[in-house]
Amino acid sequence: MNRKKIKHITKYRLFWPIVCLILVLLFNLIKTPTFFKVSINSNGVLYGYIIDIINRSSELIILAVGMTLCVASSAGTDISVGATMAVAGAVCCSILGSGEAYNAPYFVGILGALLVAVLCGAWNGFLVAKLKIQPMVATLILFTAGRGIAQLITGGNILYIKVDNFKYLGSTLPHVPVPTPIFVAIGVVILTYLLLKKTALNMYIQSVGINSKASRLLGLNSTLIIFLTYMFCGLCAGIAGVIATSRIYSIDANNVGLNLELDAILAVALGGNSLGGGKFSLAGSVIGAITIQALSTSLYAMGVSADQLPVYKAVVVILIVTLQSPEFKKFVNHQKQKRVEKIGEKVA
Amino acid sequence: MEKEKNIVLSMRHIYKNFPGVVALSDVDFTLRSGEIHALMGENGAGKSTLIKVLTGVEEFETGEVRTDGKADLVISRSPQEAQKHGISTVYQEVNLCPNLSVAENIFIGREPMKFGRINWKAMNVKAKELLDSLNIEIDVTRALENYSVAIQQMVAIARAVDISAKVLILDEPTSSLDESEIRKLFGVMKKLKERGTGIVFVTHFLEQVYEVCDRITVLRNGRLVGEYEVDNLPRVQLVAKMMGKEFDDLASIKKSCSNQAENVETEKVIDARGLGHTGTIKPFDLAVHKGEVIGLSGLLGSGRSELAKVIYGADKADAGSVYMKGKKLVLKAPIDAMKVGMAFCPENRKEEGIIADLSVRENMILALQAKRGMFHLINKKEQEELTDRYIDILQVKTASRETPIKQLSGGNQQKVILGRWLMTNPEFLILDEPTRGIDVGTKTEIQKLVVKLASEGMSVMFISSEIEEMLRTVNRMAILRDGRKVGELVEEELSQDNIMNAIAGGGEVE
Amino acid sequence: MNIAKKTKEKLDGNNFLLMITILLFFALYLAGMFAFHEKGFGKPQVFLNLFISNAGLLIAAAGMTMVLITGGIDISIGSVIGMTCMLLAWMMEKKGISAGASIVIVLIVGTVFGLVQGFLIAYLKIQPFIVTLAGMFFARGMTAIISKDMITITNETFLRMAGEKINFNFITTYNKKGMAIHPYIYVSVIIAIIVFILIFLFLKYTKFGRSIYAVGGNEQSALLMGLNVRRIKLRVYVMNGFLAALAGFVFCLNSSGGFVEQARGFEMEAIASSVIGGTLLTGGVGNVIGSLFGVLIKGTIESIITFQGTLSSWWTKIAIAALLCFFIVMQSLFAAVKKKK
Repeated sequence: MNRKKIKHITKYRLFWPIVCLILVLLFNLIKTPTFFKVSINSNGVLYGYIIDIINRSSELIILAVGMTLCVASSAGTDISVGATMAVAGAVCCSILGSGEAYNAPYFVGILGALLVAVLCGAWNGFLVAKLKIQPMVATLILFTAGRGIAQLITGGNILYIKVDNFKYLGSTLPHVPVPTPIFVAIGVVILTYLLLKKTALNMYIQSVGINSKASRLLGLNSTLIIFLTYMFCGLCAGIAGVIATSRIYSIDANNVGLNLELDAILAVALGGNSLGGGKFSLAGSVIGAITIQALSTSLYAMGVSADQLPVYKAVVVILIVTLQSPEFKKFVNHQKQKRVEKIGEKVA
Repeated sequence: MEKEKNIVLSMRHIYKNFPGVVALSDVDFTLRSGEIHALMGENGAGKSTLIKVLTGVEEFETGEVRTDGKADLVISRSPQEAQKHGISTVYQEVNLCPNLSVAENIFIGREPMKFGRINWKAMNVKAKELLDSLNIEIDVTRALENYSVAIQQMVAIARAVDISAKVLILDEPTSSLDESEIRKLFGVMKKLKERGTGIVFVTHFLEQVYEVCDRITVLRNGRLVGEYEVDNLPRVQLVAKMMGKEFDDLASIKKSCSNQAENVETEKVIDARGLGHTGTIKPFDLAVHKGEVIGLSGLLGSGRSELAKVIYGADKADAGSVYMKGKKLVLKAPIDAMKVGMAFCPENRKEEGIIADLSVRENMILALQAKRGMFHLINKKEQEELTDRYIDILQVKTASRETPIKQLSGGNQQKVILGRWLMTNPEFLILDEPTRGIDVGTKTEIQKLVVKLASEGMSVMFISSEIEEMLRTVNRMAILRDGRKVGELVEEELSQDNIMNAIAGGGEVE
Repeated sequence: MNIAKKTKEKLDGNNFLLMITILLFFALYLAGMFAFHEKGFGKPQVFLNLFISNAGLLIAAAGMTMVLITGGIDISIGSVIGMTCMLLAWMMEKKGISAGASIVIVLIVGTVFGLVQGFLIAYLKIQPFIVTLAGMFFARGMTAIISKDMITITNETFLRMAGEKINFNFITTYNKKGMAIHPYIYVSVIIAIIVFILIFLFLKYTKFGRSIYAVGGNEQSALLMGLNVRRIKLRVYVMNGFLAALAGFVFCLNSSGGFVEQARGFEMEAIASSVIGGTLLTGGVGNVIGSLFGVLIKGTIESIITFQGTLSSWWTKIAIAALLCFFIVMQSLFAAVKKKK
């Protein structure tokens, strides 16, 4: 009976993602007893490992949300999100200008950035949904060109924004103890969740992702739905790009969001979502994103440099996908069966 | 029986269990050289399991398999091993590589070599000879994808025969071929038969069995019913043996709604005028009245499904227009047709019907949801009530409404799809091969349902390859040939002979 | 009449794209010669420089073409090349290992890397994109673990190998001072061309080569036709690992050193070259001749931008992306037309 219960729990979609996260956190706790300690620094801002992890994972969470929908609807990944972040950041900074005062109001810069990001997403969506090009291939185009375009926009320079309030988005608002990116990330997740749950979009995306032909025949506009998910993914990348730019109050087209597309895909996979499309869990992806950041932070804490970090990430990824792989599970089950048979023989 | 000399394959007392199901139980099968042997049975009879066991895709639990009349037991653990034992299979979906040339497809893995490199010249010559010997004349250097499914299938047969000529299994080879292609295939089969190959022929089509086969082995519920000489087994008996019950049940639904026929002159629900889609269906006129079941008959590839798809807007019409109750429709996508009360159950259930990973509930509710629109989510409670109601009405056998549809049997999946459309409360329901590949019981249920729906005022378009089934259900029949509507038959003209004549192009109905 | 029909048949779809690629290369090159005639674009050496500066890419693109034909992808090669350079430099400079031994070791490392990736892809059936994504992370991180600082190679044997010119004495041009000079190539180009020819022959004339196409065409069918699909895939990734290391070695001959960020994004150049050369990303179709032209087109664009002088380097990226876009869209259109038929 008890065993059955345990089995039931392990079958729960989010079981393994949560276990992963807990393992990483436990490891940290053992390594750094003060891990969960949160205090307030002299500026009246919360700080501590946990806050840092969540803060730093904000962009990744936002990207992962967009990526999850792309993966679900089209069984493909959008590898251009990092480049789109750079483009969005470049647009924002070039609208605002690097003078003592903004060339245009702050929100115009952000709106412009988001608009361009949505356009990037729409371009990807057009290639994937309308021209039916494999997603990875279609987004490869923007992946290759994106940073070039960003550099074109900035004229190849690193643009610094000198106005103080530009930093708010990437750090903290005055008198608010929690870093702003956390609010943005939570906002994006909640809004996306509501959008999915209060409309039929959730069901539509899964349906299209599982069988787009059948979905069309039962009245869904598969093309439009896939297109929308890519556009949404672009929007998410734009938001992430603006935050990332604000964090360093400058745009460095070569480095903003570098390799983040890879982290975002990882987050989706770590969250227990199949990269083959169809059923998905937004919460899983969010947990995945936090897990990745927690892992990075703890490795930094252990003295691993940023350059070396990918080695550990790679090992973790391979472990996780291996454990998830049906072939591996088959192998394990086979071994189990063998053991049971052996015991059976002994008893006999 | 054991004394027979020319036995190329004998299977004795084969048992195979799947979790919870006995798939094969004490099945015997014997194949002699130079015979075409039909393997018949309804869905779930164990045909495909037997083939899988034979070709090494599945392992059997107990039993004996021998080839060539030898005493040694043969065990195949993979298709490759089976091939070594002289057993080759050609499947319904052509299992070749479309990107490679015809010659390569025949010789891949065993290419003729010269000086340690592939001898392309020799390979092409050999391939040409092999195909010529089967009366197939094509350019073997072109990529396979340039040829029709029929040719591809024959290339697959050529490959199989070239590897081992003893036992050839043809698993539903004719289901995607047209009449002339089937002729050609039969020609090849007869040729191989003359050469002494034993052919196992799996098919649903009775006519074909009686045309080419020498013997029939019938399975039912995983058990052997018997082996018969074709000449000694009339069709009716074959059907009875396959079904294990008499025909009465099927006959009883013979149009209880014939009274509707008198109302033929009532309102035209659907009126297609000059509707056409380049390349698939030539412009046609077709009217469907209220409470009428109209059948579409014709050979595969004659444009039946295509006609339905144009009316439904799944293929956008490029000529003519559709009127519904006198109102002209603009159909850009299926949703437009749904909004005016059409529904469409597609032919290919797996690829165009079910959303495999979603639950029964979601599969049922989706069409209604699509009709209502993205922002008008049907609330959970209503979804559940609707689903439960239709599970009940249609007698869907499922563990729960949240079970993924892929876990259901074919017949139950079909019922879920039907439920999906009935939920939208359509005025015009298109059913494209709704009974294909499902068990006889469910088949009858669906036929009864169609008749009942029509008697309640729904207009139904019924497409089926089985003329008998159509005769039992339709009031009127449109005949199609080569992408063209060639005529209509009404009530009193509906008979097997008339239909056959019309399909074959007798000319009277034109 | 028959010939016309035949040529038309031969020209359909993918061959047509390859034609476009080849024509495009010549058009670009002629345009370059025309526009920058005074600057010497027409000199033979400029053409040979295409090979010299892209020797590594040539090898990598050949390997990538094989992987793409199976229907897979390998995005780890840029990092593997970076790691190879760093490892070579580190072994020779910090550990005093001889050049020959170092080269053998990096080739083995590359092969083992390919073996692990291939095992995960072929036997555990994990998506190639994910596996090689991890491989990419891993190799790049390893590079940083070997050394965070740049290591410049001073090993004499290695530098001699790198600097060994092969002069084409039968062609003579004159420089501005009127001195006779012969166009030349480096050893790296010879290696790249040999590898290229070998892979071409391998894909066309061996059973294994053809089975790669079969796997890419339809994996299920290949399996039923008795091919050992897993082993074929494993071997392709192993070969690609080896080729990536070899490309790294050739790359290192040009760069004479190792640093963490070396060859970043190289995998995308290889994929782009392959795709521009007519390889279908869906698998089953492609050949190295096309990839050769893909590489040459990329090289020509770079040369033109260098000769032009005022355009920034990111224009190369944008131009490559535009080409990539064009070819990908064309591929999908051809596929759609084929399907309709």
